[in-house]
Amino acid sequence: MHDLIGTAANFIHLDTITILYLFGVGFVGGLVSGFIGSGGAFVLTPGMMSLGVPGLVAVASNMCHKFPKALVGSIKRAKYGQVDLKLGLILGVSAEAGVLYGAHIQESIKKAFGDAGSNLYVSVAFVVILAVVGGFVLRDAWKTYRSGNMHAEEKAGKLARWVQSINIPGTMVYFKSLNARISILFTIPLGFATGMLAATIAVGGFIGVPAMIYVLGAPSLMASATELVIAFVMGLGGSFKFAMHGLVDIRLAMIILAGSLFGIQLGAIGTTYVKPFMIKVVMGVIMVIVLFSRGLMVPVYLSQLGLIQTISDSTVKLLKTTSFAIMIFALLLGAFIVLRAMWQGRQAERLQHAAGVLEHGKV
Amino acid sequence: MAQSSTKKKPIGKMLIMGIISIALYATLLMKQDLVNGSFARGGLYAFLPIATAFIFSFIHGSFTGNFWTVMGIEAAKKKKEVK
Repeated sequence: MHDLIGTAANFIHLDTITILYLFGVGFVGGLVSGFIGSGGAFVLTPGMMSLGVPGLVAVASNMCHKFPKALVGSIKRAKYGQVDLKLGLILGVSAEAGVLYGAHIQESIKKAFGDAGSNLYVSVAFVVILAVVGGFVLRDAWKTYRSGNMHAEEKAGKLARWVQSINIPGTMVYFKSLNARISILFTIPLGFATGMLAATIAVGGFIGVPAMIYVLGAPSLMASATELVIAFVMGLGGSFKFAMHGLVDIRLAMIILAGSLFGIQLGAIGTTYVKPFMIKVVMGVIMVIVLFSRGLMVPVYLSQLGLIQTISDSTVKLLKTTSFAIMIFALLLGAFIVLRAMWQGRQAERLQHAAGVLEHGKV
Repeated sequence: MAQSSTKKKPIGKMLIMGIISIALYATLLMKQDLVNGSFARGGLYAFLPIATAFIFSFIHGSFTGNFWTVMGIEAAKKKKEVK
């Protein structure tokens, strides 16, 4: 997994352009994370690798920026009453187990099928999970929009109501975000799946947040805020594991953190201005666009494994560049929707205040 | 919004945390060889990057939080106004 002696020597040279690039991507990633609880990692890891950072160092450094970012974001959103700490910690612990198991699977696949096999596994996981979960989230957001009930309080769905109705003595825990007691036997596999996904595609929240909303019945705002607690627990454990092998480039992690802490504060503030269904919109849109980005890479890995006809180097390069560009577009679009929704929310609040002043004749 | 404009903005706090934050980043970037050499040694040295991440998140997080407040970007007042 590691080469202790060579690791520090493999750390890249940092110039001003690289620093500004990492800061910028960190900011946008932080903005989206502050809003939907996760995101950014899928651009940051390949983004660092494109600068010449070895894959594992990129994953490790990304994780080491993720946990302090999630910490700051969750504290901020806890101030708005959006965090269910108990749920976050319980899911976080099982997510940690999922991360370890996911990493183990990754290593086994890499050993058996090499880099191309490992990349194919990651891309297929991306495409399948994002298609199913992202499609569902986006469809739900669209249905809410069409129904005109965007202001209505979110209600637990059929599945969540069933989960909340099951009583397994000795395992029941009350969670404030659900306003119900549920068995932790339901939370364990959800946390585990979140961790496994985090170890595979670096964004566990794409499972964690929808799982909290649709399976447990948490409101979108609380689910996305609680995801930050899970990200903190997972990120802290993962970073420590990587740091023990000397894989964390703290310079990269802290530069990304510099930008992402500006972003995460803004994204967290943004959640107080928007309708809850906007969380689903941003998450669903990003998931579906990223799906196409990763889908483009599947033929490349299939060709490297000799499962389909060999693809020329120039086509591979074109597919890689397009894939990365689509990912950046997904992140930027997510950030744009967040900022636009926040701007509209602020305008509406200003108008409301002005109307109040006119009505009561006082400032 | 008017409430936020009459409220005292944390300019002093922002400046102090900003200066400390810049100092931390300057040290990190000026002492890159030393940092890389010791932080990536693995084993118990793992505590160094973890502790650094916590310190930076506290200082820089406080700075960025105050930065947006000073810029006038704060959470919606809706909940506070309901009495």
